[in-house]
Amino acid sequence: MTDRRADEDAGETAGPTRREDEALLTGRAEYTDDLSDPNATHLAFVRSEYGHAEIGGIDTTAAAGIEGVLGVYTWDDIAVSESPGVLPTSTGSLDCEVPAHPVLARDRVRYQGQPIAAVVAEDRYRARDAVDAVSVEYDPLEAVVDSVAATAEDAPTLFDGAPDNVAATTDQGDREATEEAFADPENVVDVELENNRLISSALEPRAALAEYDAAEDRFTVTMTSQSPHGHRRKLAHTLGLSERQIRVISPSVGGGFGHKGHHHPGEAMAAWCARDLERPVKWTATRSANYLEGAHGRDHRTTAELAIDDDGTIRGLRVETHANVGGYGLDGGASMPGWYGGLLSSQYRIPAIHCETHAIFTNTAPVHSYRGAGRPEAIYVTERLVDVAARELGVDPVELRRRNVIEPDQFPYETPVGASYDSGDYERGLEEALELADYDDLRARGREREDGRLRGVGVACYTESTGGGFESGVVRVHRDGGVTVSAGTHSHGQGHGTTYAHLVADVLEIPTDDIDVMEGDSDSIPTGTGTFGSRSTITGGSAVVESAEAVLAKARRFAAARLEVEPDEVAYANGEFSVRDGDEGGSRSGDDTADTVSFADVAGMAYGWGVPEDMDPGLEETTFYEPDGTAYTFGTHVAVVAIDPETGELELERYVAVDDCGERLEPTIVEGQVHGGVAQGIGQAVSERASYDGDGTLLTNSLDSYAVPRASHLPEIETGQTVTPSPRNPLGVKGIGEAGTIAAPPTVVNAVVDALAHLGVRHVDMPLTDETIWRAIRDSR
Amino acid sequence: MFPPQFDYHRASSIDDALELLERHAADDPRILAGGHSLLPDLKNGRASPRALVDIGEIDALRGIGSGADVESGADSGADETAIGALTTYADILESDRLQRHAPVLTDATSVLADLQIRNRGTIGGNLTAAEPGADLPAATLAADATVRVRGPDGERAIDAAAFLGADGSEPALRERELVTEVRVPHVEAGGYAKKTHPASGYAMVGVAAVLETDDGTITDARVAATGVLERVVRLAAVEDALVGARVESKTIEAAAERAGETIEPADARSDDHASGEFRVHLLSTYAERALERAVDRVAAGAGGTGTAGDLE
Repeated sequence: MTDRRADEDAGETAGPTRREDEALLTGRAEYTDDLSDPNATHLAFVRSEYGHAEIGGIDTTAAAGIEGVLGVYTWDDIAVSESPGVLPTSTGSLDCEVPAHPVLARDRVRYQGQPIAAVVAEDRYRARDAVDAVSVEYDPLEAVVDSVAATAEDAPTLFDGAPDNVAATTDQGDREATEEAFADPENVVDVELENNRLISSALEPRAALAEYDAAEDRFTVTMTSQSPHGHRRKLAHTLGLSERQIRVISPSVGGGFGHKGHHHPGEAMAAWCARDLERPVKWTATRSANYLEGAHGRDHRTTAELAIDDDGTIRGLRVETHANVGGYGLDGGASMPGWYGGLLSSQYRIPAIHCETHAIFTNTAPVHSYRGAGRPEAIYVTERLVDVAARELGVDPVELRRRNVIEPDQFPYETPVGASYDSGDYERGLEEALELADYDDLRARGREREDGRLRGVGVACYTESTGGGFESGVVRVHRDGGVTVSAGTHSHGQGHGTTYAHLVADVLEIPTDDIDVMEGDSDSIPTGTGTFGSRSTITGGSAVVESAEAVLAKARRFAAARLEVEPDEVAYANGEFSVRDGDEGGSRSGDDTADTVSFADVAGMAYGWGVPEDMDPGLEETTFYEPDGTAYTFGTHVAVVAIDPETGELELERYVAVDDCGERLEPTIVEGQVHGGVAQGIGQAVSERASYDGDGTLLTNSLDSYAVPRASHLPEIETGQTVTPSPRNPLGVKGIGEAGTIAAPPTVVNAVVDALAHLGVRHVDMPLTDETIWRAIRDSR
Repeated sequence: MFPPQFDYHRASSIDDALELLERHAADDPRILAGGHSLLPDLKNGRASPRALVDIGEIDALRGIGSGADVESGADSGADETAIGALTTYADILESDRLQRHAPVLTDATSVLADLQIRNRGTIGGNLTAAEPGADLPAATLAADATVRVRGPDGERAIDAAAFLGADGSEPALRERELVTEVRVPHVEAGGYAKKTHPASGYAMVGVAAVLETDDGTITDARVAATGVLERVVRLAAVEDALVGARVESKTIEAAAERAGETIEPADARSDDHASGEFRVHLLSTYAERALERAVDRVAAGAGGTGTAGDLE
């Protein structure tokens, strides 16, 4: 395979670049809110001030009377329309019958910020004024925001159909085998922990521009989507349409992290209003609205126990989790906790695991997947528990991990919680990370140093399931030999344009400059699944490669016809077909026959008059690809921390990440994903927490109060790698998008607890703010 | 939303600004300088003036000097520096004169927000808004600065404590008065230490300290804290412990220990990242850090009256 990348990297001194970056960095990239239509109107929402309330009445008269206001809508308007007006919800997988999230509240609000009324005006300022002019009569109800408190006998109830607030209870693993492992164990180690609630803080808030074509009865919704085809399906559900009537375009998107794959009232109401008014309707969430409405992430309360022998052999793992799913089941959000336990085995041979998960409704914003989506929660449980166990058994945490790690010859490895690990050399990754961190030296240097601060070293291992579902990939060769590649994934930071162009260039042996990559238009791409769950290179990458290979096979047949040889006598290199050496071809008719034919010439033949006999015109292939199974990324991260015992101030002195995502197609992009993921994971570990008061008021409703880490809060991230290809896709790749958010929280917490262990500190819940650490130290004394 | 309609007036001089404020008095006029407090207030409906007076083009309000070169005329003398109200944080930070003679102010400015804000925000606006957790109010209070204002009643000089309401009174700026400059006495032994709030960037706790010394003895100490209460506050117990004591590490440490004495945790600001109790606890550490910086500058003998002779 010729490396096409060499062409474009020549002369670069700063390493390979991404083709996306120039437009992004120079401000030329177009985001949804950048789009303007002279005829566009603007949508804004009246949102619930209360976490839980009955709505007595809504007076829209004053708002409707404001000049420039085109419509003020409440649920009554939706109810008499042809649209169901509710967001999809996975009720089938729940234990209860509860109503889906209505785009506008019917008679009750269940979280602060839930949309109650929608206003459309000629400009966004007037829309905001009209929002203020709507008066809502509330009859406040008692609220509950904590998932454990919500299951108490006397807790307020959100839905009549779920009187105990339980959306679903799910079992994973083998309860009986696990009971047995705990029947007469040599040691039981337990831990109670909270996985803090997070809010997606993408730079760009959600936005949509909806247009309705009455003549065709068809919508075009341009929006901030990680999954244009997914949003097409969800919009069709809410509007009561067929998918064929909706085109979703997702232009440049400033960060997704999960919540831009979910369906919220904003885009649905924009579309609904566009039809009602027969005008384009634009909606852009404010930062605070984005924070209030969710979808939020994490928010697990867990108790976990490990049965472990004196020699450190793990016998069993028992976990019970209350997962807060918020005020409504948003799409699959309420059923998502039901499969979170699938990664509880982490990198270890654990013969028996059982996990019982309760998904709980509370008066908080809906919770759904957030970068990692269940995997960070699961790995956090196991990696904290293993650390606690090591300390209680008096073994080095690394040594305990070594004793239980899955060996390379055990793959594929079936865990008791249903995961089938494809490939790995877990211990090598661990050793690599320890060497990079100089672990033995760190241990030898001890806790206290000359500056009076306490040092700690934390290690966490992880596995990550990546690459589920199918994806489409199209390779379209134009008549002049130029190529358009498209896929159903969506790049909002992942650099698919660079990756896919390289993959196709490697197959077709043409310069990447001749290849365009297109994503984000549901009309131009057959169908697709989207970008989430570290899946795009595995699924979209494999799909475009299969299509490129099929294109090349067909091109070879065209070339054979031109060269008057059999296809297997045709050689191909650097964009040129020729007769293979030694196959000088008795079948060739004479001197006039060409010796070579270029890829572009073949493209011309494919669309020219009179294609060769036995061949169909055209040079374009579509692949719907689904991997042979899940690819499991893995790795080990190490953190070194220093804590000021007087103030609780935490400094991350070092952070080492060794990740194995199989083949690294684009090392720069992989590195970027690791950096971003680790930054977000550190954010969860040290500063981020979405916090509600007892009435269901979101206290962290802006960037002024919700602490997203800044660059200056982060250490230099030292990266390393091992490469264990996945046998489950042709590229041998594994996803890397979420590794950092999975590994960083337990790594950092393990390091902090290590620094404080001698004081008797066993566990500290995230986020590890200065005050949290200070209190842990003070309370231990 | 639309901010309620307002008239925009651009003032060409201080006199013009005062005249505009007077002429539009009925419109509840607000002064627009760097805009960092006013514009968010307008957008969010927290302020709804019917007139804005933009002072951005009054060059006489900009600059750092001995006083002769700012509009007020009177030379502020060699032992203080006059800073025009419109002077940006970046200009303050770049001033050698202030770095040398008022390090408490440049210290505080160096940890104030980020580069973009430092290029735009002004000292006059900062002190007038006096947001809870803002850095400059603590620094100006510790520096014992004077704020000069002009208004319908002519020119006034207000000491920082009264201007900021640090003494418990209401902030002293009156309607239609314009801050023209801030005069900072020269004291080399100054320092500011800040615990930055991880979300807002304001001070969770910030302490500014200025020491005047004579032959190794502290003759005057001003220690001011921000972030803990809604307004900036002097830490009297620390100051009392310092005055008359020798400039020694153990004095500093013992004095700093008393930083939380006068503030009830229940009165202190509290949020998800730091309770009132924790903020009060942090005061000692940050008072010590600020004092250490000040003492280091005594030790460095940066042209001040103190000596480093008896420092450990």
